[in-house]
Amino acid sequence: MKGRLACAVLMAPFFLLLVTVFLVPTGTAIWLSFFAADQPGLGFGPENTVFVGLRSYGAVLSDPTFLGSLLTVVLYCLLYIPLMVAGALTLALLLDSGVAKLRGWMQMGLYLPHAVPGVIAALIWLYLYTPGLSPIIDLFAEADVQISFLGINTVLPSIVNIALWSNLGYNMVIFYAALQAVPREVLEASVVDGAGPVKQALRIKAPLVRGAIVTVGIFTLIWALQLFTEPVLLSQSTPMISARFSPSMYIFDAAFTRNNYGLAAAASVILLAFTVALSYGVTRWTNRKAA
Amino acid sequence: MTLLGRTTVNVVVGISVLYTLLPVMWLVLAATKNVDALFNSDLFGGFSLVENVRDLFAMDKGLYPRWYLNSLVYAVVGAAVSAFISIAAGYAFDKYAFRHKEKLFGLVLAAVMVPQTVLALPLYLMASEAGLVNTFWAVFIPALFNPFGVYLGRIFAQGYVPDEVLEAARIDGAGDLATYFKVAFRMLGPGVVTLFLFQLTTIWNNFFLPMVMLSDQLLYPVSLGLYQWNSSATVSPEYYPVVIMGSLLAVLPLILAFMLLQRFWKAGLTAGAVK
Repeated sequence: MKGRLACAVLMAPFFLLLVTVFLVPTGTAIWLSFFAADQPGLGFGPENTVFVGLRSYGAVLSDPTFLGSLLTVVLYCLLYIPLMVAGALTLALLLDSGVAKLRGWMQMGLYLPHAVPGVIAALIWLYLYTPGLSPIIDLFAEADVQISFLGINTVLPSIVNIALWSNLGYNMVIFYAALQAVPREVLEASVVDGAGPVKQALRIKAPLVRGAIVTVGIFTLIWALQLFTEPVLLSQSTPMISARFSPSMYIFDAAFTRNNYGLAAAASVILLAFTVALSYGVTRWTNRKAA
Repeated sequence: MTLLGRTTVNVVVGISVLYTLLPVMWLVLAATKNVDALFNSDLFGGFSLVENVRDLFAMDKGLYPRWYLNSLVYAVVGAAVSAFISIAAGYAFDKYAFRHKEKLFGLVLAAVMVPQTVLALPLYLMASEAGLVNTFWAVFIPALFNPFGVYLGRIFAQGYVPDEVLEAARIDGAGDLATYFKVAFRMLGPGVVTLFLFQLTTIWNNFFLPMVMLSDQLLYPVSLGLYQWNSSATVSPEYYPVVIMGSLLAVLPLILAFMLLQRFWKAGLTAGAVK
């Protein structure tokens, strides 16, 4: 059949990629997690790969540095995601309220950081956190306030701030677009019913863009669980960020510093399972609330 | 709304915009200063814009222009190829019926969830097996994969290409592939630009994969190069003005792309979030 051939031709390049850079690597990660390299005779002689079952999983899950990294990323999500969703939604509602001035310019200004690559956003903020370079620290110093952005208690909020700065405007645009699609009759009816602008925003508009809120929430979650670029960059300047600060950094460290592929693979599979379980859980939870 | 209400709205929005803009302003201002002025927080002294640019291009035997060129090739060529691949698959998902279609589409969506860092080690081992580690291809090929693009592509095909048009072309005796390339693809144009922009941003941001795959500095994209220079800066401060100027120049292409192609990314964001 002609149509079937055309369909196959159009899909082939994508599915070739799907298999080579997604399915096979995922399978390889799972396979690797059950094996370990045994080096007989002090590392001389040929390397043997032996099946070790769940040993790598046991090693990862009993490693306090891995559990610590998992805890870090959970704390990061708990801090970052609510701030991000609430901040972006508030800004979108304010811009949609009709009283904000220079709406187009404001949107562009808020969106600008998203055009700044992650490494560079982290660099800018790293410098704004660095004593000597930072005008912010100088300003605080003039008011006789000593502030350290890279201390043991401030380093995580400092990372949250970088992520927030980068993505606030992007998510605001998504919410704003969804708000624009809210039917005008609904809003007019609520005004007739005596709803003020604040009540209208919270009771009418926000529930109507639930779909967008869930989408943004899940994408933010998936992205946040991969936390890597910002802490890796900040770790160049502060001892408060270890080489195994986040799960992704743990995987990198295990694979490319310690060359322990089994351990890295097991940690990868655990991170993957964690991501899938959380995304699935959030989807289920929001669906149930909608029903 | 009351005057107080109006003022509050504008103050909150205004402060938020200052929050997003001031760090970029700082980058612009800092890029004009020499090391001494940087460390003395001398806001307007020590002007050395021209020297900074010259130093940037001369540092380490002119690595920066090389990195910049690499990033442009990885991102522009990669995003273009990726957009063509994703839109074709998205179109096929929308216009053809076959067995297990929705299951297959579910697999595509599942791929969106999988963290880059999970795939990095196996990709590295596969590339190593194929002799591609530390080559252009090791960074270029994985970046072509954009499952979310296929999802958007399906939505675009649904919205931009009416089935009647395809039916008419079929009655005229045109083959399916000819119809796609001559008729449908043109209608999908704005969607292709949107996917291009999204993937351009992603690849320009790419950091983890190059870090895993590349050891040859000559193949680095800008992000990885600046990362390495920043680690040098902690030891030798003369790298600071260079890293700052390099960061500023690396931000420009995306800002330019977004300004030129504004209406497309808005269309994409809306399609992705609202549907």
